[in-house]
Amino acid sequence: MQYRRPCPAHLRLKSPFPFTGPASSIYAMLQFAISRLISLGLSLIAASVVIFAVIEVIPGDPASFMLGLNAQEDTVNALRDELGLNGSIVSRYFGWIFGMLQGDFGTSYTYRVPVTELVLARVWVSLPLTIYALILSTAIAFPVGLIAAARRGKVTDLSIMGGTQLGVAIPNFWFAMLLVLIFAINLRWFSAGGFPGWDEGVFTSLKSLTLPAIALALPQASILARIMRSSILDTLDQDYIRTARAKGLSQRQTVLKHALRNAMIPVLTIIGMQFSFLLAGAIIIENVFFLPGLGRLIFQGITQRDLVVVESVVMLLVFAVIIVTFIVDLAYAAVDPRLRRKS
Amino acid sequence: MRIPRSLIIGGALFALFLAGALISFVWVPYNVETLNIAGKFKLPSGTNWFGTDHFGRDIFSMIMVGARTSIAVAIVAVGIGIVVGVPLGLAAAANHGSILDEVIMRGNDLVFAFPSLVIAILITAVFGPSAVNAIIAIGIFNIPVFARISRGAALSIWTLDYILSARVAGKRAWRISVEHILPNIANLLIVQGTIQFSLGILAEAALSYVGLGAQPPTPSWGRMLADSQTMISFAPHLALFPGFAIVFTVLGLNLMGDGLRDILDPKIRRSRR
Amino acid sequence: MSLLSVKNLNLSIHGDAILKDVSFDIQAGEVLGVVGESGSGKSMMAFSLMQLLPSGAQVSGAAQFGDTDLLSISEKKMCSLRGQDMAIIFQEPMTALNPVKTIGDQVAETLIVHGKANRREALQIARERLNRVGLPADRFPLDRYPHQLSGGQRQRVVIALAIALRPKLLIADEPTTALDVTTQAQILDLLKSLVDDEGMALTLITHDLAVVAGLADHVAIMKKGEIVEAGATARVFSNMKHPYTRQLLAASDHVPKRENQSTKAPLLEVKSAIRNYTLPRMSIFGKPPVFRAVNNVSFTLRQGESLGLVGESGCGKSTLTRAILGLDPLQGGKIFLDGQVVRAGRFMDPVQRRKMQVVFQDPFGSFNPRHKVARLVAEPFFVMEDPPRGSALTAAINEALTSVGLTHDDADKYIHEFSGGQRQRIAIARALIIKPSLIVLDEAVSALDVSIRAQILDLLAELSEKFNLSYLFISHDLSVVRAITDRVLVMKSGEIVESGPTQEVFDAPAHAYTNQLIEATPRLSDFNAATG
Repeated sequence: MQYRRPCPAHLRLKSPFPFTGPASSIYAMLQFAISRLISLGLSLIAASVVIFAVIEVIPGDPASFMLGLNAQEDTVNALRDELGLNGSIVSRYFGWIFGMLQGDFGTSYTYRVPVTELVLARVWVSLPLTIYALILSTAIAFPVGLIAAARRGKVTDLSIMGGTQLGVAIPNFWFAMLLVLIFAINLRWFSAGGFPGWDEGVFTSLKSLTLPAIALALPQASILARIMRSSILDTLDQDYIRTARAKGLSQRQTVLKHALRNAMIPVLTIIGMQFSFLLAGAIIIENVFFLPGLGRLIFQGITQRDLVVVESVVMLLVFAVIIVTFIVDLAYAAVDPRLRRKS
Repeated sequence: MRIPRSLIIGGALFALFLAGALISFVWVPYNVETLNIAGKFKLPSGTNWFGTDHFGRDIFSMIMVGARTSIAVAIVAVGIGIVVGVPLGLAAAANHGSILDEVIMRGNDLVFAFPSLVIAILITAVFGPSAVNAIIAIGIFNIPVFARISRGAALSIWTLDYILSARVAGKRAWRISVEHILPNIANLLIVQGTIQFSLGILAEAALSYVGLGAQPPTPSWGRMLADSQTMISFAPHLALFPGFAIVFTVLGLNLMGDGLRDILDPKIRRSRR
Repeated sequence: MSLLSVKNLNLSIHGDAILKDVSFDIQAGEVLGVVGESGSGKSMMAFSLMQLLPSGAQVSGAAQFGDTDLLSISEKKMCSLRGQDMAIIFQEPMTALNPVKTIGDQVAETLIVHGKANRREALQIARERLNRVGLPADRFPLDRYPHQLSGGQRQRVVIALAIALRPKLLIADEPTTALDVTTQAQILDLLKSLVDDEGMALTLITHDLAVVAGLADHVAIMKKGEIVEAGATARVFSNMKHPYTRQLLAASDHVPKRENQSTKAPLLEVKSAIRNYTLPRMSIFGKPPVFRAVNNVSFTLRQGESLGLVGESGCGKSTLTRAILGLDPLQGGKIFLDGQVVRAGRFMDPVQRRKMQVVFQDPFGSFNPRHKVARLVAEPFFVMEDPPRGSALTAAINEALTSVGLTHDDADKYIHEFSGGQRQRIAIARALIIKPSLIVLDEAVSALDVSIRAQILDLLAELSEKFNLSYLFISHDLSVVRAITDRVLVMKSGEIVESGPTQEVFDAPAHAYTNQLIEATPRLSDFNAATG
């Protein structure tokens, strides 16, 4: 075998992927986004079918369900007309969908106002609270997880792991009650509940959302910090970290330039899931702080059998979760070039 | 084989509450259904170890009986998740790439779009709140968790050569799933089971707190917390004990999960090169 | 004055001694080959020099590189040396690059981190380096991502980033073990040309004596953490002093004693086999594209014959194997075993299944870790309507185990208690137990150390005589195929390009591709060429 040939300029065409030009990455992203959009649409449709089936089909006749056993025939018929229940299941379903697309979510039976009005007022409490908690949770978890990973096995790591182990075990509504007890009732730094409304000022509103957000954020931050830590440690085990060190990068440079970004990627999906847990948590925690959010609306709707309200709010919640999943998918693809190929 | 400390501590914590729940069937210090308004708001003492609540009921006894609810709901919900989710996941992996696989995956994604609270809302709106409906709601949410985990683990085993050997021996997919795949993912499922168990306890508490779980007179920790809320400023022990009960049960289960993972998943300890 | 002078390097990890008193010299501009089997400590030696050891490592000794002792300088100074004066490339090219950074960025990073260029200049130099390693700009722009490249191409990128600053010493730790034979030849060519053009010293660590024979000026043989023999290549190969060296050489060249026992009767006939894969859809419209993995393949395997099937990865031999074993259906053509058509999956006749068994490559993935050896070895009995039970079953298991050189005690153990070579023996026992006519060996010895490999080949030769077995021996390793087969088929891109008696095909290949494969395979006798 001769080893004196000059560097061979030919190449083996073993790459399974066809040659792509420089503009192709944008094209690939677009294709990916469109396919995800279609997936989003399908999920929404499937979810709406499920919700519709449970609320409007299972109870048999929603009108008599809402009014109870003792209702009179006339009242039930009147309600049936009002709710448009006389059509076939399929036509009722599409009626509901088209109504929603136009912003009409029906009229609440208990309050006798359009559900849209009820929801709009309250969503401006629940949604900001959820986002506030998400930001807090992420802001706490990232540095904590990073420090724990950097100081693996040492006292700092062990105490962080211990602390987070406790943090994930604490029910957020109980923690909220304790926060109220300490910071509102005893120290009087915050009010014990209530929401002044955004018109009263952004700062005061945020202040009233702070204790709830902290209560929500702490357990989730504990989970996220642990995941962050294990993701960084897993990434540090990868071969390309060794390559980076071999190039002459210090441990610190390697972690910052190679490990962190790659470790974030699986954490992104978790953050997306966190949104749905935080949204559910926000709804529960409003109870502790007497916040006029979606929680009160929906729980009253259940006790009062106001199926219109329940149906619409559930649809909205599921919609929010699906949208966030979609955004996370896009972010995932933006960060990891390997995913853009999947259609 | 060294038993990890986390398993011992976690196991002990959880065993404590499990014992409390089981013993409560034969004995409690005080009957939780009798009201004793005269003896309300008593602080913890020799007679009432955790004090009494606003109706004079002994909190320690209520914690014991409440443990029944929490543990029963969580364990049945995990059971639903495993019994339905694992076969689905295995079936999806065995038919990877087929329509069945797609359908199961999409079904998973769909259920994931509904947080367990929302599922509980849907169910209780139509069927009324109860412990059984809480079990169903949490159980339904557990199904895609176990399906996804089983599918992922099974897929990585399907590529191994010993599965090919089994296929050469003429074994069919379902037999391979049961004989070869299931035993090798069992450890993973056990660990995940304890995690879902602890999440189930938290979920049950949250549902009871908002009134969608076990209804009175069945005691539950979550409802004890809801009841205690307005009185927290002058009778904090009403809120502290149920809260601690939840925290320590969940903590115990999580530590057990960590400990089990250390024993059952030796891959973590195997060093490279 | 040597470029690198190592004296009494001792390494232990968590108390286990890994390297014992290792001493050697590397001269500037020369190639040193370090040869050893697994567990010899050769990789650890490289890591010690680069101070990239795992935690719990204790190092002593001296490694004089110019005027610095590599083993005692600070981490900061070491970072400055790494990538600039010394570089290292590793074995697994598929995972060696960061998947979310472009290849341009990763090569440029070496320059930027050492402060030798700003970003724009670094990218220009990166472009030039990538050209130098054989990845020209038109096919491999700087914004390409690693997942868009094959294994060989990724290894070239790794070489580019390692040599970006023209280090004086490049350590290559098994750089071609994971690559195909022709890719291996190209990468070794590339490394040699870098040594020649840039005066770089190369330390090539490998388990393959033949690779070192043609390439290295000096060679060091390692066993269990010690250098047992070292010297100029030509001298070591022509005049081996240490018994281990002789053993290694004998094993590398080993040809088991066997006779050609093929008869005229055909056992396996493949006629115009076609196997297609549907690829994932590229767009919603139109049918998904189809890839033809096996294209009109025909051959006959006769009773008693040992037939080899060689080809590189992606040529379709695994696909063909699965079709022969009845695991996947054909889209065209037929396969006959003993005159009967082979149907796939559940349509396959159990009687037919009994006649064919298989031994796979990976000794670690071949067995269910939760079953005992007895159950593992007896699995093929599932195919029989009336499998042996009780004492008959135990007797059959014992017979199989003793035939492969194990004992009946081994039946009660779990698979993790055995070494790689022993596991392959158990795999062979599993294949034997049902007394098949044909055993398909799919890269069965590729993952084994050279000395173990020799033993297994001996075993296979002995068994084929004793039990009247026919073998279909699939491998990418020509030297192995040459040692154990009577006839050979050469496969490329789904087609058989050449077939014939092994000796003839290897001595006088008719097809250009066969010739290419043979040329690319390193031979032990090449050591003469290196010194020329």
